[in-house]
Amino acid sequence: MALKIVKGSIDRMFDKNLQDLVRGIRNHKEDEAKYISTCIDEIKQELKQDNIAVKANAVCKLTYLQMLGYDVSWAAFNIVEVMSSSKFTYKRIGYLAASQCFHEGTDVIMLTTNQIRKDLSSPNQYDTGVALTGLSCFVTPDLARDLANDIMTLMSHTKPYIRKKAVLIMYKVFLKYPESLRPAFPRLKEKLEDPDPGVQSAAVNVICELARRNPKNYLSLAPLFFKLMTSSTNNWVLIKIIKLFGALTPLEPRLGKKLIEPLTNLIHSTSAMSLLYECVNTVIAVLISLSSGMPNHSASIQLCVQKLRILIEDSDQNLKYLGLLAMSKILKTHPKSVQSHKDLILQCLDDKDESIRLRALDLLYGMVSKKNLMEIVKKLMLHVDKAEGTTYRDELLTKIIDICSQNNYQYITNFEWYISILVELTRLEGTRHGHLIASQMLDVAIRVKAIRGFAVAQMAMLLDNAHLLTGNTQRNGICEVLYAAAWICGEFSEHLEDPMHTLEAMLRPKVATLPGHIQAVYVQNAAKLFATVLRKQEGAPDSQAAQETSQLLIDRLPLFVQSANLEVQERASCILQLVKYIQKLQQKDVEVAEEVSALFAGELNPVAPKAQKKVPVPEGLDLDAWINDPPSESESEDEKPKAVFAKEEPKHTRPRHPEVDEKELARRREARKQEQANNPFYIKSSPSSQKVYQDAPGVEHIPVVQIDLSVPLKVPGMPMSDQYVKLEEERRQKERAEKKKKEKKKKREKRGRGKKGDSGPESEEDITPAHQVDIVTEEMPENALPSDDDDKDPNDPHKALDIDLDKPLMDSEKLPVRTHRPEVLKSPAEDGDGEPAQAEPKKRSSKEKKEKKKDKDKDRKKSKEEKKKKKHKRDAEPEEPVEEQMEEPVQSEASAEVAAPPTSTPTEEVEPTPPETTSTPETTSAAAPESEPEEPKDTEPEETKSSKHKKKKQKKEKEDKEKKKKKRHHHHHHHSDGAGDESVQNGTVEEEEPLPPMSNYCLLAENSYIKMVCDIQGNLQDGSQVVVSVIFENKSDCFLKSMEFNVLDSLNSKLQRPEGAGPHDGLTVPFQLPPGVSNEARFVFSVQSIVMPQKLKGTLTFIVKSEDSSTHEKLDFKLHFTCTSYLITTPCYSDAYAKLLESGDLKASSLKLEGVNMPFHHLLARICFHHHFSVVERIDSCASMYSRSIQGHHVCLLVKTSGETVSIDAKCDEPSLLGNVLEEIKQTFSRC
Amino acid sequence: MIKAILIFNNHGKPRLIRFYQYFAEDMQQQIIRETFHLVSKRDDNVCNFLEGGSLIGGSDYKLIYRHYATLYFVFCVDSSESELGILDLIQVFVETLDKCFENVCELDLIFHMDKVHYILQEVVMGGMVLETNMNEIVAQVELQNRMEKSESTVWVFFPFFCLFVCLLQGGLSAAPARAVSAVKNMNLPEIPRNINIGDINIKVPSLSPF
Repeated sequence: MALKIVKGSIDRMFDKNLQDLVRGIRNHKEDEAKYISTCIDEIKQELKQDNIAVKANAVCKLTYLQMLGYDVSWAAFNIVEVMSSSKFTYKRIGYLAASQCFHEGTDVIMLTTNQIRKDLSSPNQYDTGVALTGLSCFVTPDLARDLANDIMTLMSHTKPYIRKKAVLIMYKVFLKYPESLRPAFPRLKEKLEDPDPGVQSAAVNVICELARRNPKNYLSLAPLFFKLMTSSTNNWVLIKIIKLFGALTPLEPRLGKKLIEPLTNLIHSTSAMSLLYECVNTVIAVLISLSSGMPNHSASIQLCVQKLRILIEDSDQNLKYLGLLAMSKILKTHPKSVQSHKDLILQCLDDKDESIRLRALDLLYGMVSKKNLMEIVKKLMLHVDKAEGTTYRDELLTKIIDICSQNNYQYITNFEWYISILVELTRLEGTRHGHLIASQMLDVAIRVKAIRGFAVAQMAMLLDNAHLLTGNTQRNGICEVLYAAAWICGEFSEHLEDPMHTLEAMLRPKVATLPGHIQAVYVQNAAKLFATVLRKQEGAPDSQAAQETSQLLIDRLPLFVQSANLEVQERASCILQLVKYIQKLQQKDVEVAEEVSALFAGELNPVAPKAQKKVPVPEGLDLDAWINDPPSESESEDEKPKAVFAKEEPKHTRPRHPEVDEKELARRREARKQEQANNPFYIKSSPSSQKVYQDAPGVEHIPVVQIDLSVPLKVPGMPMSDQYVKLEEERRQKERAEKKKKEKKKKREKRGRGKKGDSGPESEEDITPAHQVDIVTEEMPENALPSDDDDKDPNDPHKALDIDLDKPLMDSEKLPVRTHRPEVLKSPAEDGDGEPAQAEPKKRSSKEKKEKKKDKDKDRKKSKEEKKKKKHKRDAEPEEPVEEQMEEPVQSEASAEVAAPPTSTPTEEVEPTPPETTSTPETTSAAAPESEPEEPKDTEPEETKSSKHKKKKQKKEKEDKEKKKKKRHHHHHHHSDGAGDESVQNGTVEEEEPLPPMSNYCLLAENSYIKMVCDIQGNLQDGSQVVVSVIFENKSDCFLKSMEFNVLDSLNSKLQRPEGAGPHDGLTVPFQLPPGVSNEARFVFSVQSIVMPQKLKGTLTFIVKSEDSSTHEKLDFKLHFTCTSYLITTPCYSDAYAKLLESGDLKASSLKLEGVNMPFHHLLARICFHHHFSVVERIDSCASMYSRSIQGHHVCLLVKTSGETVSIDAKCDEPSLLGNVLEEIKQTFSRC
Repeated sequence: MIKAILIFNNHGKPRLIRFYQYFAEDMQQQIIRETFHLVSKRDDNVCNFLEGGSLIGGSDYKLIYRHYATLYFVFCVDSSESELGILDLIQVFVETLDKCFENVCELDLIFHMDKVHYILQEVVMGGMVLETNMNEIVAQVELQNRMEKSESTVWVFFPFFCLFVCLLQGGLSAAPARAVSAVKNMNLPEIPRNINIGDINIKVPSLSPF
């Protein structure tokens, strides 16, 4: 044996440790994967050994492998094992591994609850620390709920090391279990003023995180933070607080006003750049939140901008970057003060650091105005030329387009310039934004009518030079531009100077190399061009030309007919046939041009991007209903769906009836104008521009004539757009001169009035667009719904933390405390036994009340039924010696109310110990409603407590009365409509004979001193807990004290012991028993598997104290956990029940009982009572019943009776659980 | 909040990864690769902030990094953290490593990933800054190491004890030799500390240390 141990430990020496593993991996560079897989095999072997050191070593290595990307979740259980080692060294390894690879989906996490709780309460602060650190990484909602209270206690730990960790982790707990926020918040707030700076900073950290997401709930903390800000010297804390204020000020402008001064002081005084920067940021936030009318704030803005300029000019790239970042925030509200630093920002465009350039670009976006747009874009175009690397160039390209197109082309005064910019951009090689340019071209050409002529000319040129663009045929490449070009040329072909030339360009064989969708547009628009050409040529005397054009198409189109792209093919063959037909007609000298162009007549208007979505569904229209009856087979197939359309919308088929259409159009236009006039968002061509248009140089001056269209696209030297910049300058100067003249005139007329405008730079409004910018608004459906886009992410975990923290804490919000008396539990016998000689109605009421509390959500009828049963029960237990009860009124009251912690009973001198002996959530809430609510172990003076008791009692009584009333009402109601189809709950049928008394309490053990009866129930709130209520009854004449309840844990079931207790320690029963008295205690067991019944051996030790002597006694018992005790009465509605059965996930089983001689409703009541089922539906002698296990298994029964035979068909998703439950049902009935 | 802390070398080999939000292992590796790709192509004299990679949360997050000799220290943070503050934090962390490992080098991180984790745990917890005072961090780490040592003293002598028992029993002829070599292995040859983190004491210009 000794040898074996020795051998084992020697072997251990040969195990690889982490360093060996790392070294090995480094030595196997070529076959690393193979080497690691052998290592993993070794690790698997090591994990199988019993030695915890070996296991810990293996887990440590796994942590390393996890970093390399290997999934180690298979070892999760071993990690838990290592975590639960008593040695810090191994524990730390275990927690580290857990924090690296556990997550919410890890199922073994639920096994860790007790281990973590134990570690949290460990006397060694580092055990606690390690547990907190680990927990912060893998906390789940379940863990958060179960441990919230423990962690909250740690927030007041004596060691600051633990305190700060506990405070920090609370944030994670809040996220996972938002209910804990309100009860924990007062203490968190307290920690803001903790003497230890680390704890303080942690608290600030947590509250800042919370407040950032839901700032309005934290406004009340502003004064406290203000105090901290002015007193703290810790820069970390200051930064956090200042950041927090930045989030708060938008909600409370008064706060902002107060902040300005201390913040400016800090800005002036601090030497830490990080603090300075955050101050500036917050000042900006304050200024944004304040109405801009405040005069004295320009000084603050100046200060900020000036400080930011220093940052931007700094040689440190980081400061430069942040300076630009903050600058962009000022820009939003005070663009003027930033615009004066345009030089600096343009300088940053030349920076070698890409992030800085991008930031500068962002700034430029906000800095453009009508005045400087051309200049800025010109600079950007220069950068585009210079830029190396496609990403940055693409970024520049998108920025240029963004800048120009922002706010519906607000800043563009000359669209010709813009078109030429776009055309210039097409020269960019390798860009991935061809699509973007194309859509801009389309957008501008469609929406700015005045520009169409120019745009078409430019596009024709592009088409002509298509070979320059086709080099890059990748998706979204620059060739996308041709899509726009072809479409614009086709659609607005009337503006083309030489349509024939363009037509030829579009039918070049090279086109076939373009992507399919572009070819399709080519073909379609070639047809449009063809129509235009025909019209022109037919008007001319030379009719031969028209026929030649047709021939051209007939020659060229077959190329497209052969295209691999279906759409190209389809369009081409369609048009080819059309042209052939036209040619035939032409040969007969028929005039066709009019009809051909009618094919493409009509104007396309832009449609707003969301228009489709916003079409309201007309009243009475059911989108899911069939429009026509579904086609029956008799209907002939040859009626094509087209016909349906034609019938429905006849005007679409013959759209070229000019009169009808014109009228209709006019009417609509009128309506639209009306609407647009009322729509504040519609950009109207401003009256000023209208006016200017009339007296400005006018359209004749548009420099189209100056551009030689035959110039190749790549103009060496000056790009085209530059000409516009010059021209624009000239135009503006002219305009200005004209204005001045006018101004002078005006001045002469009205002297001393208008002084503005003649000095200083021209203001925004003075610049007028070169041509009428009649931007056609995008069409929206009439009566479109207002925008209702909800951008908020419904899955945001922080949403749940939007909790009002100023409301006083309510009892129901207490944090769950580990307890032996979960509130959902009911124990029918408990008050029957302990009830003092109180008046009967009171007894009942208190019980009812409890009943009420317990199953608030359960059916009322059910509780009533239970009450009835209990009454019977009480009657059936005559052995209570009444006088002796009288001696202990307080104590029994305590038990009766499930209220007072035993520590408060005046007769006792029991130590106020572990939380689990004291408190149900009910208990604590009742005991200390006004005091610090999160103190579960609060030990108040007994007097106050008892007085509170009284108060509470009175209140209870009142409530009871009300409830009784309700109940009665309900009862009547039930009687009155007691129709047969209403489902009968829990076998309650009032008309039938009363049920025999029933009790679930069974004898646990008995000797001459004491008798123990117990009831076992599942805990609804925790899927792995079972609560055992044990009634201890003193049968002797002696005083029984120091009772200790202990159970030998099995692998599957464990008694939950208080933190710090060893696995074999017993639990102190929280009361003493005077002679003849009985009382109840509850013990919580955690269970892993619930599919099998099991037995646990246990011992009760106690001291028997008679007048002259005291002896130590013990009593052994066997706790029997039946499968029934894992079931919880759960109501189920019949439809849900039916669905469950239909789902087919359940396994079936059945049972036959012979010779059952009892009424059916008794039978049902028995099953309900003893086996925790509820009746879903009962029809005559057949009933369906339902129950759920604590782990969520569904158990469904169908009980039928005929004569003395009862057959039970059962279904459950866990067959072995079902088998055991049926077996137990059988036993129940065999007993009677 | 800090979303992730990544340490990798100039070749993108991870030396320590610490995610404060769950990602599956393959995703973690992708993030490392992406981050390395973003960070490694930047010159040393450009700013230390990067708009976050696409994998790790997009534009809400920033990558804040420092490059020391062969190692990149990258923190992925959201907008609630001060950028300059995090830069200082990285500095604090690295200086702490330097103190704890006495002149830290990449090899220390390679062979003692667990210890680096333990140090990091004293600086950042669950994505939030826990402690910024270097002396306090070092003190806590030392105390824990001392505790670990006190636990392991028994085990240090255990091999000798085993050897002794083996010899006494006279059995297991092979065992003594193996045990001796095991004991030898306890004194690992000095790991060469050739790869030093260079200018460990560079200070952020014009930043007052916290």
